[in-house]
Amino acid sequence: MADRNFSASHLPGFTQIALLVFALLYLPIAVLVVYSFNAGTTSGLWEGFSFRWYGTAWQNDAVQSATLRSLGIAVSASIIATFCATLAALGTTRRKSFRGQTFIYVMINQPLMVPEIVTAVALLIFFASIKVATGYQGLGYLIAAHSAFCIPFAYLPIRARLEGMDLSLETAAADLYATPWMTFRRVTLPLLAPGIIAGAMLAFVISLDDVVITEFVKSGGQDTLPTYMMGQLRRVMTPEVNAISSVLLALTVLLLTAFFLLTRKND
Amino acid sequence: MSAAEDSRDKASVRSAWLLSAPAIFVLTFAACGPLLIMLVYSFLTKGQYGNVEGVFSLEGWRSILYSEDIFDPGVFVWADAHLTIFWRSVKLSILTTLLTLLIGFPTAWFIATRPPKSRPLWLFLITIPFWTNLLIRTVAIFEVIRNEGVINTVLLWSGLITVPFQITYTDTAVFIGMAYVFLPLMVLPLFAAIDRFDMRLIEAAYDLYASRFAVLRRVILPIVRPGVIAGSILVFVPSLGAVVTPRILGGGKNMMIGNFIELQFGQGRNWPLGAALSMTLLVIVTVALLVYVRAANRETSHG
Repeated sequence: MADRNFSASHLPGFTQIALLVFALLYLPIAVLVVYSFNAGTTSGLWEGFSFRWYGTAWQNDAVQSATLRSLGIAVSASIIATFCATLAALGTTRRKSFRGQTFIYVMINQPLMVPEIVTAVALLIFFASIKVATGYQGLGYLIAAHSAFCIPFAYLPIRARLEGMDLSLETAAADLYATPWMTFRRVTLPLLAPGIIAGAMLAFVISLDDVVITEFVKSGGQDTLPTYMMGQLRRVMTPEVNAISSVLLALTVLLLTAFFLLTRKND
Repeated sequence: MSAAEDSRDKASVRSAWLLSAPAIFVLTFAACGPLLIMLVYSFLTKGQYGNVEGVFSLEGWRSILYSEDIFDPGVFVWADAHLTIFWRSVKLSILTTLLTLLIGFPTAWFIATRPPKSRPLWLFLITIPFWTNLLIRTVAIFEVIRNEGVINTVLLWSGLITVPFQITYTDTAVFIGMAYVFLPLMVLPLFAAIDRFDMRLIEAAYDLYASRFAVLRRVILPIVRPGVIAGSILVFVPSLGAVVTPRILGGGKNMMIGNFIELQFGQGRNWPLGAALSMTLLVIVTVALLVYVRAANRETSHG
């Protein structure tokens, strides 16, 4: 009965489709990166290899200030989001279920469910009136908005880590007369650290990527790297956009690799 | 329950709320709270230069579906332009969901059936695009399909065509772009569902003379269904609210709901209509998510 032999890994056509999907997924990204090294002024016509557009981007004042602003917002927002998410994860895991628990879950995961444009518009309305009332135009609004939508991304890995943690070490510490704070500081926190770092990195990446909410919340002259690129796309597209994209891409791959190594060690 | 246990439980609940308080505060201030303010704005009169005036009005909600005849005040006609945008958004989102499911399923299956040693690598290859900036991926696909892009350059050079093949600024471009950027959202939950699945079940069914179709229908589909539902929701919801991809690939003409909302707060200067549209989108998305939660619950209670 040889014709009834069956292997799950060889369904007809599945492998071919999958390999094609991987190729199609990476081809446009490869094209984007290749054209960032184009010597010519349009990204359509290849005119030889050069680092010209990386230099142009590097020396462009607008790119410099947008980069610094993006990094500043991403660092602040990921610190705030990770702090809030760590506390919330400690509050919502490893205890009896209670009334209101679902409310807290829905609150924390709300940014994953509400379309970005809806939040963006709501923040525009709310912050516009605060801007008029207080006269404050600074980066605070962007940091607050980014902190909020980064919280669920920081929360998920921290919660996963907490749920997988062994309670016996903490019980042992408590049995040996460690105060709750000492137990937390010396036992829980070190064990939780990889989850916290992973959460902070995801929050950082998410903040760095945001376009829509940033566009609606920012005041004049507060371009971040993605909104700067968006503006460039409306005009003539030069390989400068490719160069900036490639650098951001490299940063994302680097952070993700670190994230995977961090979370893999636990298994 | 003893009194000591009872008070310990109460203390535990209190600390849960205290620990969650900072997160709830930030999210109320910069995510949930503003949604309520927007709901109020949808019932106000539009201001001349954007913003609103503090007068109650249903105009924002009414103008979603009807517009007042310019020559005949008091006569209302269907707002065809709006309906076209809604229809395009729903149509493109459904098509995107179907296409990603069609090509995402074999991909997820392929990853899940790799040997344990190489599986994390294939999974990592799907995860990189997932976390890569959506704007960058949209620009990448734009580079490929635009008139001066790779496809057209190659086709022109080979002499197969003499004029560039216009893909960008059409519904097709938006469809291709959304399928491209949202595909990982379909593959990852499908993979999670297939990965839990014991492949020996298929072999057992096959050994017991089930046909290929019967194996698919009776064995594979019931088990991967939660993954299919999760993936479809994860692709459908962001497709419906997409802004960046239709803006770059569709241009000004091929708007989706997200771009239309955006327009009301820019050149359109109609904040109440924009707020009402946003609330509508939020309701549609919430209904889709509730359907998903119900389906997922039914799945766990039966299986």
